[in-house]
Parts: sequence; C-alpha cells; structure tokens
Amino acid sequence: MSNPGVRPPLVELTLARVRELVREPEALFWVFVFPILLAGVLGLAFRSRPPEPLPVAIVAGTEAKSRLSALSEDPELDPRLLSEKEAQQALRRGGVVLVVSDDPVPEYTFDPVQPESRAARLAVDAALQRAAGRNDVFEAARSEVTEPGARYVDFLVPGLLGMNLMGTGMWGIGFSLVVARNGNLLKRFVAAPVRRSHLLAAQLLSRLIFLVPEAGALLLFAWLFLDVPVRGSWLLLALVSLLGALTFSGLGLLTAARPRTIEGVSGIMNFVMVPMWIGSGIFFSTDRFPAAAQPFIQALPLTALNDALRAVMLEGAGPAPLLPELAILVLWGVVTFALALKVFRWQ
Amino acid sequence: MDGLDLEVSRGECFGMLGPNGAGKTTTIEILEGLSIPDAGEMEVLGERWRGDGLSLRARLGVQLQETKFPEKLTVREVLTLFRSFYPDGPAVEETLGLVALQEKANARVGTLSGGQKQRLSLACALAGDPELLFLDEPTTGLDPQARRQAWEIVEGLKARARTIVLTTHYMEEAARLCDRVAVVDHGHVIALGTPRGLVASLVAEHVVEFAVETEDDLDEGALRGLPTVEGVSRDGAAWRLTVRQVHRAVPALLTALTARGLEPSHLTTHHATLEDVFLSLTGRSLRDE
Repeated sequence: MSNPGVRPPLVELTLARVRELVREPEALFWVFVFPILLAGVLGLAFRSRPPEPLPVAIVAGTEAKSRLSALSEDPELDPRLLSEKEAQQALRRGGVVLVVSDDPVPEYTFDPVQPESRAARLAVDAALQRAAGRNDVFEAARSEVTEPGARYVDFLVPGLLGMNLMGTGMWGIGFSLVVARNGNLLKRFVAAPVRRSHLLAAQLLSRLIFLVPEAGALLLFAWLFLDVPVRGSWLLLALVSLLGALTFSGLGLLTAARPRTIEGVSGIMNFVMVPMWIGSGIFFSTDRFPAAAQPFIQALPLTALNDALRAVMLEGAGPAPLLPELAILVLWGVVTFALALKVFRWQ
Repeated sequence: MDGLDLEVSRGECFGMLGPNGAGKTTTIEILEGLSIPDAGEMEVLGERWRGDGLSLRARLGVQLQETKFPEKLTVREVLTLFRSFYPDGPAVEETLGLVALQEKANARVGTLSGGQKQRLSLACALAGDPELLFLDEPTTGLDPQARRQAWEIVEGLKARARTIVLTTHYMEEAARLCDRVAVVDHGHVIALGTPRGLVASLVAEHVVEFAVETEDDLDEGALRGLPTVEGVSRDGAAWRLTVRQVHRAVPALLTALTARGLEPSHLTTHHATLEDVFLSLTGRSLRDE
C-alpha cells in the first residue's frame, strides 16, 4: 500500500505549478519574450546617435545672408532662411527651435522651457558675436562621453527587469490562486491532509524557480546584444532580484487573498501595479516627479527595486549603499505576507 | 440545516436525497470539516474536527460537487499530486484502474469528458485509501452512460466494505446505491429508511398516470372515489393517481372515463419509487428547482 516512491507534497505541489506554467505558451511569451522584445525595440528607438544639429530659422531680409553663413560655420546648428510668417509657424510646430529676427541687433525668439531651444540660443549667439568680430578669450578642450552605461538603454534594462519581477510575481501567483479558488480546487486541497503553508510555499518556490531563467534571459540579452554593463557583482544582482521577486510574491498573495473571480483580481492588480508602472522609474527617472510626490514614489516597492538594480548594474554599488532600498523591499514583503495569511479565503 | 439527527454505520452506503437547495451540500461540507455548523455536535470516525484536522482528513476521501483540476496537468500528474498528500494509499496506477482511467493516464485534464473528469475527481478521493468516502452529487451533469459507469465504480467500492456518504437528487441513484436514504427538504430530514422500506411506507405503492384531451367533466372527487385510489393530482391534461391495487383501479378508471365520453390519450402504471415518496411527502417533484 504505502510506497516509498511517493515524493513529498511540497515537491509535488511545486512541480505541478512549474508544469502548468511551462505548458502555457502565452505565459512563457509574457515572461520571457516580451521583456526582451521591449528592451530590443526601445533600445533601438533610443539608441545613441551622433548629436543632430539644432534647426534654427533666420528671417529673410538684409542681414539674412551674412547671418546664414555665420551660423553655417557651426556644425551643431542647422540654419535655414524663412519668411517672418514661415519662421513663426515652424517654431510653433517644432520644425525649428529658435528664430533669429532681421533687425540690425538680432532678436531671438525661442521657448526657454525646452533644453534644445536654450542650447540653440547659446550657439547662435556665440556664432553671431564671433562673426561680428568678438574674439574668444580661450577655447576649452572637449571630452565626449559615449561609453556604455550612460545611454538610455542602460537606464531602461534594469527598469524592465524590475517591471518583469513585479508582473510575474503578481500575475503568476495571483492568477493561479484565484483560478484555483474559483474552480473549488483550493477547497479540495483543504479537504485533503495537506498543510496550507505547503500550498502557499509551493507558489513561492515555483516563482523562484522561474526567476532564474526569466531574469537571466533579459540580462543575458541586454549584456550580449545591447552592451548593457553589469558593473557590480552578479551575486548581489541575483540577491536583489530574489528579494524583489519575494516582495512581489507577497503583494501578489495579498491581492489574491480574497477575490473569487479573475475579473475581481485583475481590477485589484491593475490598481496596485499602474501607479508603479508610471511612478517607479521604469521608462523615465523618478526625478521627473515633483518634490511633493517623492515620499510616496520612493516608498513604492518597485521604485526601491529599480533603484537597487540600477545601482548594482550601472554604478557597481556594493550592498551597503543599497540598505535603504532593501529595507523597503523587506518591509513590503513581510507586511503583505502577514496580511495575506491573515485574510486569505480558502473556499 | 435544522434539527438534523443522523447516524451512519461503518460499511454502510448512506444517501441524502433531496432537490437542489435542500441543504445536502451544507451538511456534507460540515461533515468534511469544510464548514463550521452554527450549533450541534458531530463525530466523524470517532473524532471531532479540531484545528486543520490533518490526521482525520488522512482517513477521509472527499469528492466535491465540482472541482476544476488544473487543465494543463495530466490525469496521472493530478492523481500523483493527491496521492502525495496521504501517508498511505494504493499506487497511482491501481487507483486509475479502479476508476477505469488507465487509458487516459497521460491525457491532459482539459481534454477529458465530463464523465472522465468526474472519475478523476473520484480517483483523487480514493488516493489515500479512505475509511470514509464523501461523494457530493457524484453524477450530476453526466450523460446516462457516464452515470451508469460511475455507479459501477461506487458499487465496486461498496463491495470492498467502504463507508460511503453521498448526496444526490436522482432517485434512481439513491435507490440503486444506498443502503439507507435520508430524504431531505428545506433543511429537514422528512423521511429516513432503506429505499425499499420508504417505498413500502407509501399506502399506495402504485402510480397510474394518464392524460385526456378534454377534461371538463372530470373532477378530482370523482377519481378519488374509485376503488383503492389514495391520491389524485393533475398537471393540466396529465393526471396522476396513487393506488393500492392496479388491477382494481384501472378498469374502474376506464369505465368512468368512457361513461363521460372521454378516451385517455395515454395511460401508464408503475411501481412507486423514491420520487413518488418525495412527491407524496412534499407535493413537489424532486426536479422542481
């Protein structure tokens, strides 16, 4: 009767979850392929290009010709002759970033909020002053930075990794639990002599098993094909990813603790994740948000995870400077777990 | 459920028969330790439910009314998973044999028919070689062939002296499988006994059903006065008499109809069943929702 070939329930439960995921082509796409596609496409779109000359308009008139030749001297400027009306229209539409009037002492029309407009004003002014006879006191040496690690794609990849850890942690755990609850499977498990802690632990274990290929695929792709550097230790990077995965598993467990339907849990998931998609610095820096929003944004688990991942990958940080971020992750993980266990609906 | 007082003996197959919403599932889930009763006492295999009740659960087999097993797993994988929960039990292949699913062992759950899924559910209930088996509506939603197959499996378990508690709203199922039946309605047990004893308890053990096209001249009083007729009910043109003796009631009925110039478009008689027991006790059919 009793036979020794039977594996422990925790092993069987974990195996069942892993099998389910592996046999779900859509899940595999979202977990493995999608982040790589996104990194590839965005990396291409925002690849480093030689700086483009700034388009500026010179209003046609008596001064125009000499000014055009003066501005053409500067390779960073792309001057063009336009009528007064055309020039204003081009400025409004973004075709040019600055308009030089035809007055004897020129007037610059530009939008001071746009960095490109401000840069154009400095370059145009310097070129015209020089043409009018000003002598530069000195010419500073130039030293240009284009090394990997400072490009947009370098900023992007750790953010995508964080986003992926959040998404798979929450969907992976949340969906399967709600499906099991909805189909009476959770109840059926409870009716069997299996520990409830094993049922939940199997969810976490299967998550951690998937973490390795999931994070590995994205990092390897970025490292091989996009030249994204990993300046810190790979071990520390792995540990930060692990902690992030656990934290979002806790959050996933909590969102799935009560709902009975997929619709119900999807709503809660989106409510939880959308603020982090926008606010946690996946695609652009959290510095863009006003100071008043910063305490909220810095307290989000994905912000902490992204910051820690970037620090390890791009700045080569060791564990010590990461402590605040790691503390935020641990706190979120522990609180959500404890709360989820308390309110979990088994039937 | 209210005022429910039941005892099931070892080796017995006990059925709870009643319409949907009668409280059968509530009762069985309380016994399974899945719901907590507001009041009352119970013992399962000499134990009471305490904490997570793991040691008691290891001695039980449970089939819920509907369980969706993971569609991407195979039959063998699901059963192996459930087998791992129990300290003791038959090998997976043996249990698959019991429910006639060996050929489907490597098929994914998502590809199974309703009857096969139900048999997988039964197999999971048997994974730990249970002393006591709870089956909640084991054949609801199955086609007649799948239902008969499920009955054969349960009969095989009975032959091995398992104690079984099942709920059903099919009277044929209760009559065929159960040693004793509790007829349940609105949370109360309204009759309790062997299927044969329950039918015998009806004063009139036979049922005559007939239909007439025009029934203007026909009234219940006239039919009730016929020999050995105990009960009369009608549903439009369809009439139903419960009678003690068919051979006396039917000729008298035909005479009475002819006298009124009526001809029955249909006439049948059958021995009373549990369905009739329920009807006579509640005035409603088991299938009425």
